Amino acid sequence: MTDITAQMDAVPGIDPRAPLLDVRDLRVEFRTREGVARAVNGVTLRLHPGETLAVLGESGCGKSVTAQAIMGILDTPPAHVTGGQVLYRGVDLLRLPENDRRKVRANRIAMIFQDALSALNPVYTVGFQLGELFRVHRGMSRGDAKRRAVELLDQVRIPDAKRRVNDYPHEFSGGMRQRVMIAMALALDPEVLIADEPTTALDVTVQAQIMGLLAELQRERNMGLMLITHDMGVVADVADRIAVMYAGQVVEEAPVYDIYARPAHAYTKALLESIPRLDLKGRQLNVIRGLPPALTDIPRGCAFHPRCAYAREICGIEPPPAYQIAPQRIASCHFVREVLGV
Amino acid sequence: MFRYIVRRLLQMVLTFFGATFVVHALMFAYVDDPFQALVGDRPLTDSQRTALNARYHLDEGFFAQYWHYLKGLLTGDFGQSLTGRPIGDMLAQAWPVTIRLALLAIVIAAVIAIGAGVLSGIRRGGAFDTVTLVLTLIVLSMPIVVLAPLAQLIFGIQLGWFPPTAGRDANLYQLLLPALVLGSLVIATELRVTRTSVAENLRADYVRTARAKGLAPRRVIGVHVLRNSLIPVITLIGVDIGVLMSGAIVTEGVFNIPGVGFNLFRGVRTEDGPVVVGFVSILVIVFLVVNLIVDLLYAALDPRIRYE
Repeated sequence: MTDITAQMDAVPGIDPRAPLLDVRDLRVEFRTREGVARAVNGVTLRLHPGETLAVLGESGCGKSVTAQAIMGILDTPPAHVTGGQVLYRGVDLLRLPENDRRKVRANRIAMIFQDALSALNPVYTVGFQLGELFRVHRGMSRGDAKRRAVELLDQVRIPDAKRRVNDYPHEFSGGMRQRVMIAMALALDPEVLIADEPTTALDVTVQAQIMGLLAELQRERNMGLMLITHDMGVVADVADRIAVMYAGQVVEEAPVYDIYARPAHAYTKALLESIPRLDLKGRQLNVIRGLPPALTDIPRGCAFHPRCAYAREICGIEPPPAYQIAPQRIASCHFVREVLGV
Repeated sequence: MFRYIVRRLLQMVLTFFGATFVVHALMFAYVDDPFQALVGDRPLTDSQRTALNARYHLDEGFFAQYWHYLKGLLTGDFGQSLTGRPIGDMLAQAWPVTIRLALLAIVIAAVIAIGAGVLSGIRRGGAFDTVTLVLTLIVLSMPIVVLAPLAQLIFGIQLGWFPPTAGRDANLYQLLLPALVLGSLVIATELRVTRTSVAENLRADYVRTARAKGLAPRRVIGVHVLRNSLIPVITLIGVDIGVLMSGAIVTEGVFNIPGVGFNLFRGVRTEDGPVVVGFVSILVIVFLVVNLIVDLLYAALDPRIRYE
């Protein structure tokens, strides 16, 4: 778009050579009456243009909270970002005044949510909700905004876009609604797209279509895609790199093939072993015993140690450091060698 | 939308017959000898009684009377009161007064309730929220038979801010105090519903989406949250019209406003059946029409309603 440079200026301090998204030691806690829930405890992530980073973890491991902290859409209170940096092209979004930060949302970093039905406003047409972006961020007239909305619906392959633009969210099927969400996220040509479980609410065939569409749009636009999911099947198909989260921390980060071939963290290994496999049919499935820890009461040392098969005394005392085990591989486990089997 | 309106209109016709039938049946059951009540202790000759019976159709059967009553209602002929005044004229004089009072009350109540409700819904547990909670509790706990004379005494007579009574041709300023009193009947519930509704909608997923779109908080609340939050409030306002009508009976009595409530109150006291039935019938019709409007508004606000 022609006004890209004008917007570059709108966010002060942008350095086009700096990494696209660089999250450093991010910490988020929820202050509730029951105590302080430490949802994110020092997450470090990096995302490059054109790359898909999958953030994998069980429910409650802090992956959605991390995403919302990057977007700056956490509800404060109860959520408080207590530390770290979220660097977008060298600018720390956490230190940006709210007015400037708002310009980053949707313009530079956009997000799509799990359940498109509840994520879309039920009382406005999809055309209104799409067009709103152009009217608010680009100062377009209603007519122009609507024309752009139709174009967008066309781009995400919604048939008969010209007519559907006047429909309400409840008149779309689940898959079509998620397409509307994607159109909304891509409206202002963001460089980063965060997709928070975009296909969890959809059935399998539609999941594949939506993931295909996302991958295609990402290639076209060379976007950085941060895909949050608990579905290891989805991850294997589309991700370049994987960050595995447990109890608010990234416990392992690696290129996708490495992680499936040789997990370096006991938790990752346990996760992979708990996937039903056809070649192991008839054998008892390995499951991870116990439950993820309550975030108000995260175990000392390594948060995974009470459930870990490799755990020894040190795991309950000292938090494991992040070992760089290969150029692009990091694992936070005291017994990386044993897990890797070297 | 068109089908929704047609269906809603058909429902209204049914309700109209049902409601008028009940009103008529109640009147029929109540009447023992209205003419004797009218003439008091004086004797009533047979010929007089026959003439009166013929005039009010009292010698006919239940359904024949209902037919006469309906025919009158549909052709705008409400008959005469027992004192010989055409009820149509009484209605024509009383309704404009009450409509002005009720409209003023509704507008005042809705503006204050929605404004304060949105503010306290956004900052629940804050100072503003706590103060409105206490104030609405006080207003809620005071029946209108206490509130109306109290307001009249304090603001109308002792402080002298408002005229203590309002006559037939009262201007808006004169109607302000009675309208405030009347509005206070419904303001508390409307405020609390708005507050809850706003608070609930603020937690909705679509609000998170709106924020992720980089919209300013004012737009998120004013455009996205408000319209969703108003859906239950609008319905409540519709129901409240009925509350206002019954509240008007006391308020109009206290402030000496010759409106519907005032006439109805007098009709009940003097056992003037035709007057009571005439006024109640119109009240029923007004209530039906208002609820129709509310339902249409509801459908305009919430697209999901239109297709059900």
